[in-house]
Amino acid sequence: MTPQSRLLNPETQHRLHPTGRLIALLGGLLLVVSPFLAWAYSSAALDDMTVYGYPSPIQFFCLALGVILLGLVAASWRVKGGRFQVGWVRGAKAAGTGVLIFMILIIGVIALELGGLVNVLWGGWIAFLGAIAAFIGTRLMAAEDRLPTLERATLPAWLEILAIAVVMGAVLFAAAYALNLDDGGGFVIFLTFVGTVIAVMLRIGAMGWFSAVSRRHRQVLILAAFVVAFAFPFTQQGSDANMSIATQVIIFAATAMGLNIVVGLAGLLDLGYIAFLGAGAFTAAILSESAFSTVDWHPPFIVTILISGGVAATLGLIIGSPTLRVSGDYLAIVTLAFGEIFRITMNNLDGTDGPLLTNGSNGIPGIPGFNLFGFEFDDPHTVLGIPLGRFSNYYFLLLIFLAFVILVFTRLNNSRIGRGWVAIREDEKAAEAMGVNTFGLKLFAFASGAFLAGMAGAIKAHADISVTPDQFVFLESAFLLAAIVLGGMGTVLGVLVGATLLKLLPEKLRFVSEYRLLAFGLLLILMMRFRPEGLIPSQRRQLEFHEEDEELAERIEEEVEETGALKGAGAL
Amino acid sequence: MTTAADAPAVSAQHDGSTILVAENVTMRFGGLVAVDSVDFQVSKGEIMGLIGPNGAGKTTFFNCLTGLYIPTEGRVVFDGAVLPPKPRKVVIAGMARTFQNIRLFGNMTALENVMVGRYCRTTTGPLTSILRGPKFRRDEKATAERSQELLDFVGLGGTAEHLARNLSYGDQRRLEIARALGTDPKLLLLDEPTAGMNPQETRQAEELIFKIRDLGLAIVVIEHDMRFIFNLCDRVLCLVQGRALIEGTPAEVQSDPRVIEAYIGTGPEDAAELEAFEEEGQGNA
Repeated sequence: MTPQSRLLNPETQHRLHPTGRLIALLGGLLLVVSPFLAWAYSSAALDDMTVYGYPSPIQFFCLALGVILLGLVAASWRVKGGRFQVGWVRGAKAAGTGVLIFMILIIGVIALELGGLVNVLWGGWIAFLGAIAAFIGTRLMAAEDRLPTLERATLPAWLEILAIAVVMGAVLFAAAYALNLDDGGGFVIFLTFVGTVIAVMLRIGAMGWFSAVSRRHRQVLILAAFVVAFAFPFTQQGSDANMSIATQVIIFAATAMGLNIVVGLAGLLDLGYIAFLGAGAFTAAILSESAFSTVDWHPPFIVTILISGGVAATLGLIIGSPTLRVSGDYLAIVTLAFGEIFRITMNNLDGTDGPLLTNGSNGIPGIPGFNLFGFEFDDPHTVLGIPLGRFSNYYFLLLIFLAFVILVFTRLNNSRIGRGWVAIREDEKAAEAMGVNTFGLKLFAFASGAFLAGMAGAIKAHADISVTPDQFVFLESAFLLAAIVLGGMGTVLGVLVGATLLKLLPEKLRFVSEYRLLAFGLLLILMMRFRPEGLIPSQRRQLEFHEEDEELAERIEEEVEETGALKGAGAL
Repeated sequence: MTTAADAPAVSAQHDGSTILVAENVTMRFGGLVAVDSVDFQVSKGEIMGLIGPNGAGKTTFFNCLTGLYIPTEGRVVFDGAVLPPKPRKVVIAGMARTFQNIRLFGNMTALENVMVGRYCRTTTGPLTSILRGPKFRRDEKATAERSQELLDFVGLGGTAEHLARNLSYGDQRRLEIARALGTDPKLLLLDEPTAGMNPQETRQAEELIFKIRDLGLAIVVIEHDMRFIFNLCDRVLCLVQGRALIEGTPAEVQSDPRVIEAYIGTGPEDAAELEAFEEEGQGNA
């Protein structure tokens, strides 16, 4: 919903529309034909692109994009009227831009991996030419005057539920496929493909329709999402490589969701949040049956988790009660310092500089797995004949934990307490003058966020086997915050997407690890410039960033009136 | 103070019990005396006006009343107790206010704004909110119903689901009043409730304030619009340079030469100026 780029004025665009359509059709045809040609000189680049007549998976994505583009352009030309406005040309423009990025990446990766552009065969260049033609052609076309109104369309309930199932199935398939791509270039190219498809859906209005459908069938959607998440380990044939990444992603997401209470709801900038995760992890490690544990008491799993959360929450209260009297930048600086103090303290509780608790920088290794009612988390299990490794066990546990965190988040959000938080964020002085207990609510946000992070830390300690102070550096806090900002502050889905992207990309892009921070910084700058409200913004937040955009305000108001209050604005 | 003719009319408005008493309130900032031994009292069901030229100490006095400042000398007693110097405690004690420059929660709906006002009168805790226990459902339902009632009361019943920022200026003022009423106050402080309103909106505001008075609330209004304040108030206090110049019925205050002097300035007895002011007093809108 970014404003249309206005390189061409509307009259020129209308005049050039037929020419643009022709160019775009030509480009689409080239994109459909070229996958059957060889693109690369050697099979070492990406997947095997040297064969004529039989597209490799990545070439197949190119074919799919070509078909989508042709379909959209043809539809914009031939399909007339109908009860609902469909954004065919808007979709085509998104497809054209997406396919160009897609082809630039492919050519770039081939050149990088094989050493020079000379290794790109003429089939590849034809596809590239097609992408350029598609981009230019669609840019010349004039978009529909009206915004798509597809979201007003309704189908029979069973068909809508089927649509949810299909989308969720596609998500599962895409996630399993993407995680199995070992090649970093292939991973980015696949992400671009997925991103293009989503952008096209968004522009033609199908996404609006889908979110309307998911509003109508909320329970079904949530159920389907969890079924898909639970089904994921069964697609991994007992391999632990991807499951280890998946557990890391969920730990990260759950922690980010806790921080989301502090930052997204109460509007407090906390730059030392990782310390609460660390406090939970160290507490659980010290209470575990590890040989390096410094305490003799080893309570069972559930007690450990609760104590870890309690320790973190207590820390939150201790650090919060003096610092929450300052706000804004000052709070950020104080919390940043707190994060560092925590790490240095953990380094010094080694028996020489302080009491022996954490073994200093060695940390506490060899933490055994949980044992829940005789179920050993460290042993692989076989369910329905499908082997599930060690990390799958933690994955299931974390999934339940994540569901718990989301439940806490949304329910607090849609209550008296959530209203108080939003009021504080909007205007703290006015909130206080209306009798809202601002200090107490801010402190509660701090403590509850810390409690959730502490619980996450306890599970993390056992899943990771060892806990050391240097796992909890400032950079991790920054990444948590970035996940929230990137995804959309105060939302559930946005933060999940942001956390997944920020944790998954570095794992898959090990070959650019030196440039990781550079890319990360660039990404944040671009986001702040073009979409400060995040990928999936909450409606309130969107308004805060686009104060002047009256059209947006009215559109959101219409939606609000249709769906009832801003209940959990953007909660899903 | 009151003339014999006015006395019955005024006392009819009072039901005798004073709710807010300021005794000998003095506020000094260093060497500056912003408020100088002002006595003041408001009874239930009474509308009290507070006027004075710019810099007369109206806002300082207002802040003393709302507990934002602790007076250097004297004391403010609200409903039988000295007010604690915390805005939140003042609200809980039963005194609610609106702001001179509207301070709504713009990105919340009108209904949600009023529901925030209900915050201090409900006690739903985090645990029952997470578990969606019976207390949560009961409280949430009662809060929403009461808030809708208040919106209906101020005439915004149809705009409950509109974002506060999208309401018209007059409606935003009314929403602020509804939000303040959400805190179940015994006394309502209105800080320039008609600033920036057109005559029609001012008239509606007047009706609304009378309606609130009829609920038995005491109301204190700070206002520059003379006609509005003289129409509305049972009694008016005029502050000049930190001192209470005169307190009395609108008619008395309006015709007091010292008030006119304070507004127009000293000088030769300039009949033209005096006339201009009288006109303003009656015809200003």
